Amino acid sequence: MDLLAIDVSLGLEKLLLIGGIITFSLIVAMYTTYAERKVAAWMQDRRGPNRAGPFGLLQPAADGLKLFFKEEIIPLTSNKTLFVLGPALAMVTAMLTSAVIPWGSSIELFGRNVSLQIADVNIGILYVFGVVSMGVYGIMIGGWSSNNKFSLIAAVRGASQIISYELAMGLSLIALLMMTGSLSLKTIVAQQMEGGWNIIYQPLGFLIFLICVFAECNRTPFDLPEAENELNFGYHQEYSSMKLGLYLFAEYVNMFISSAVVSTLFFGGYDIPFVNEATLVLSLGVNTVAMLGFVALFAKILFFLFLFIWVRWTIPRFRYDQLMDLGWKKLIPLALANMLITAVVILWLNK
Amino acid sequence: MHINEILFWFLTALALFSAMMVVFSKNPVHSVLWLIMVFISITGHYIIMNAQFLAIVNMIVYAGAIMVLFLFVIMFMNLNAESEPQKSKWMKFAAVLSGGSLMLILIAALKDNVGFISSVHGEGSIGLIKNLGKVLFTEYVVPFEISSILFLSAMVGAVVLGKKEPSNTVS
Repeated sequence: MDLLAIDVSLGLEKLLLIGGIITFSLIVAMYTTYAERKVAAWMQDRRGPNRAGPFGLLQPAADGLKLFFKEEIIPLTSNKTLFVLGPALAMVTAMLTSAVIPWGSSIELFGRNVSLQIADVNIGILYVFGVVSMGVYGIMIGGWSSNNKFSLIAAVRGASQIISYELAMGLSLIALLMMTGSLSLKTIVAQQMEGGWNIIYQPLGFLIFLICVFAECNRTPFDLPEAENELNFGYHQEYSSMKLGLYLFAEYVNMFISSAVVSTLFFGGYDIPFVNEATLVLSLGVNTVAMLGFVALFAKILFFLFLFIWVRWTIPRFRYDQLMDLGWKKLIPLALANMLITAVVILWLNK
Repeated sequence: MHINEILFWFLTALALFSAMMVVFSKNPVHSVLWLIMVFISITGHYIIMNAQFLAIVNMIVYAGAIMVLFLFVIMFMNLNAESEPQKSKWMKFAAVLSGGSLMLILIAALKDNVGFISSVHGEGSIGLIKNLGKVLFTEYVVPFEISSILFLSAMVGAVVLGKKEPSNTVS
């Protein structure tokens, strides 16, 4: 059936996929907050949340309910529309990136070949950058419309930090893209399935990229916009109830999605390590292998989520000038050098 | 009606409306946010024309980087609707006149050029990154390099301007 020259069943399939992925990332983000507390407790010899449900498993639900039922305060002097727009934008941009990540190879359902990727656009990774650069506005608009000096300073800090680290991030990726010759994430994963993971060829690029991801997510050691001993509470100082919740939650969704991007770019995405998928398909069938691939990707994502939490409870916060020094004077030259070396090696091998 | 046409008219209306709001908003921060909307709808137009690379670069560079810097400046200078100086009547009149004549010239120059409306339907692949890169690095490599040198010199100039003079107050 065609309506307005659109394939309706394709649209329905994509709609279901989008709904599924968004629900999934929200649930994972929910339990990342739980994991963060549990891991922190484990590192500090405490028990962590253990009252709500068995092992405290219902704690995220309890937190969510608490936030929903709290009184919603909009400061009198603030700009109301923008004040509401801020957290919404933060959440939406956090989710948008998931569109280009290949969550698995394709599965077969009702005789249709369903790809587990919402959009395989040929600008793939650039799309991620575009959305990340939009993510700045959530923080900036929220911080500005709070009409609070601390919020404004935190917002400007956050925005300049994200812009600065975007540069090093892009430069470290150029080396990777020179090797793969494609911007599409699906192609990058397919190449890693054959030629080994990119982390083997680009260890320095991976390190720079990872540091930049930490800065982009405003995570410790780069959580300057939330430095409570300098800025009270950060850009969400004036926020209460679920609007505050959305800001805090967007951070966890960002962590999840960036873990997915890192595993896709450098750790083979849905590639099952030490297994040849092509032969596995013959014995297990397409759907099982696709599910196994998804599990492999999810395991990699979980490792990076753990890394985020681990670093948070290990490394103290940078000072602001140190952060800028690291970004502009260390990471960018390092990324440029990495790019040059990669280019020379590629030229030398192709001679 | 083809879906692309519906999208085209929707984006056009959105872009024009946002552009109007850029001008009419009293608050400079609102103006900047509406300008971001204009850029986003133009990005949509690029996507309809299958110029994906152009679309995303427009998004990253204009809607992302440049507009953030605009916002920085406005937020730091604390420009508000109240603090905005009122222009004189003659100034407003001259602005309307020059803006109107610019629009007239644009319409006159583009009215015969119907071809660019029919390119709405997303065929053609010149905007894809592969083709664009090939053209840019073979046919137009000299202008490309010259413009990159221009950017470099602008960057060096900005650094020189931004650098603090060595203080000679203590002698």
